[in-house]
Amino acid sequence: MLKQLTIAASLALGLSLSGGPVAAAETAHIEDVDFSFEGPFGKFDQNQLQRGLQVYTEICSACHGLQFVPLRSLGDPGGPQLPEDQVRAYAEFWEVWDPELLDGEGDFRTATPTDHFPKSGLSNAPDLSLMAKARAGFHGPYGTGINQFFKGMGGPEYITNILTSYTGEEKEQAGAIFYENTAFPGGWIAMSPPLYGDDVDYADGTSTAQHQIAEDVSAFLMWTAEPKMMARKQAGFVGVLMLIILTALLYLTNKRIWAPVKSSRRGDVPAE
Amino acid sequence: MAGIPHDHYEPTTQGEKWLHRRLPIVGLLYNTIMIPTPKNLNWMWIWGIVLTFCLALQIITGIVLVMHYTPDTTLAFASVEHIMRNVNGGFMLRYIHANGASLFFVAVYAHIFRGLYYGSYKEPREITWIIGILIYVAMMATAFMGYVLPWGQMSFWGATVITGLFGAIPFIGETLQMWLLGGPAVDNYTLTRFFSLHYLLPFVIAALVIVHIWAFHTTGNNNPTGVEVRRTSKEDAAKDTLPFWPYFVIKDLFALGIVLAVFFAVVGFMPNFLGHPDNYIEANPLATPAHIVPEWYFLPFYAILRAFTADVWVVIAADWITGGIVDAKFFGVLAMFGAIIVMALAPWLDTSSIRSGRYRPMFKWWFALLVVDFFVLMWVGSMPAEEPYATISLIASAYWFGYFLVVLPLLGVIEKPLSQPATIEEDFNAHYAPNTGGARPLVNPAE
Repeated sequence: MLKQLTIAASLALGLSLSGGPVAAAETAHIEDVDFSFEGPFGKFDQNQLQRGLQVYTEICSACHGLQFVPLRSLGDPGGPQLPEDQVRAYAEFWEVWDPELLDGEGDFRTATPTDHFPKSGLSNAPDLSLMAKARAGFHGPYGTGINQFFKGMGGPEYITNILTSYTGEEKEQAGAIFYENTAFPGGWIAMSPPLYGDDVDYADGTSTAQHQIAEDVSAFLMWTAEPKMMARKQAGFVGVLMLIILTALLYLTNKRIWAPVKSSRRGDVPAE
Repeated sequence: MAGIPHDHYEPTTQGEKWLHRRLPIVGLLYNTIMIPTPKNLNWMWIWGIVLTFCLALQIITGIVLVMHYTPDTTLAFASVEHIMRNVNGGFMLRYIHANGASLFFVAVYAHIFRGLYYGSYKEPREITWIIGILIYVAMMATAFMGYVLPWGQMSFWGATVITGLFGAIPFIGETLQMWLLGGPAVDNYTLTRFFSLHYLLPFVIAALVIVHIWAFHTTGNNNPTGVEVRRTSKEDAAKDTLPFWPYFVIKDLFALGIVLAVFFAVVGFMPNFLGHPDNYIEANPLATPAHIVPEWYFLPFYAILRAFTADVWVVIAADWITGGIVDAKFFGVLAMFGAIIVMALAPWLDTSSIRSGRYRPMFKWWFALLVVDFFVLMWVGSMPAEEPYATISLIASAYWFGYFLVVLPLLGVIEKPLSQPATIEEDFNAHYAPNTGGARPLVNPAE
């Protein structure tokens, strides 16, 4: 309840600050999403990553690739963490180009876990491997430049917003169809609306509402962009902890060393 | 090391004597580490150690990163992703290296402004100051070229814009630009030479750091009072100083611990906050990013570069006087480099006989304004080139030059300084032994 109130309040605030639809089109408004992996102790939700993988596989992968992501990493800790046999089975779903086949002429073959996800199938569909880090809903040349310290970069939020902010309007320009999207800079995007709700069947019974699916695939794309996020946060935590202990010891040492010097009377030669 | 009288290394054992006659390296290390250091140094004197640490950190992480990086336009971006995904601990190495550059600049700016406030650049420390500015310039070159290596969008377009500045120099500009890039535009030949120089320059910086330390070990450290250590006798000097080891080594390490705890929090929890999202898109010469912005540490000087547009009267005047040789673009480039040059000339522009800003009542305010000015420039540098930012950046740039070229020379003449303590010992005791009834000099209690 409180959360809903907060969202409603922030929405109202956002609307009042955006200054009408004209201004909103220039600096698109990105609504904050509460992801499990935010903050210093935030973790990826393994089930959510697996659902996101399903959404990517069934919907996004029709056009978009993940060329920097090795299929084997689906089994890595801190990710979707599929069991080894499932990783193998999943890899067989893909066909990859192998330039060494047919005596160097190259041919398609079934992928193995050592292969990467294929590249984008559509020339104007960007690769999604790093999309969650390459976009930043709350960080940019406008504003004070320190927004990210309070809200985060807003990469996965940007993806969720793009997927859920279609207005239904279309226009044709130079032979291409553009779709109105209030989260996209400029307001018109070439990608047709990919999600409507109930686009996938989740085995675990999670809601298949449009926003849920969008959040799941955003979380999955955050993982593809930053697969070592959990290891990184842990390393950071251990690092900070060790440094605090070390610093405390150095503080005491420093105090001890300087004590005779600072209390010595005027003119005394300090003890060395 | 010459300078402050102090005990020198005396070899005691046979082995030490044998080595000392042939190579006095132990003596050199002893004299360096035991150098008499003014005992009143405050917490702004810790940045030297932080900077030395940064240099070592960047070199060590850099050397390991090079083992996995490929300087080729078709492979560079993928090799960075390889480091992030497949190399053991590679993500930490790269994030430490990338954020290490930011830490390096945080420390160097604190160090520079410390020097500007306490008059560390003044006679007899001009050489230390000049070497320091050279280190800073080398750092900027290194950081700039390092940012090109991941071959992201901002790498590519940043390189295009910045090397374009050299193209603005009359007569030789185009040749110079082509020589820097290795060809007509940013391409593989640019990447390979930037890679080579990015590996070379840190070692040049290391050499300059040694000269920097050598220079101020010859003159002795400055200190918050700006009053020199007494050199009349070893006893007098000992009253003003303490040996660097262990007093200042432990103090500096303590400060370094705090700085590194913050640094590791940034690396662990928000490693991309100081970077550009665009650099996670592979370089594409056909798609210009909407906003090409340099890294935060270049922003103040980038703001000065952009401030002088063709409609500013000094630019129009310069254009007219030089018959069009100094156009707006070249003027901007001159202003950007000039902003660093006037800083280098501070020892000769500052006419005050008082070294430390602590005893300069008017200087304090002008200096505080300079610090604010620096942050204002940083802020407008990140903003689009339109009003009101254009006007703000012009005013802020003007103050930057005004501080060095007008305020510093004039203040020395018109300012009436406060009285300084006679010795460092007096200042130290005023802080730490108030019960002994020592003469308390006029100091700002906030310090």
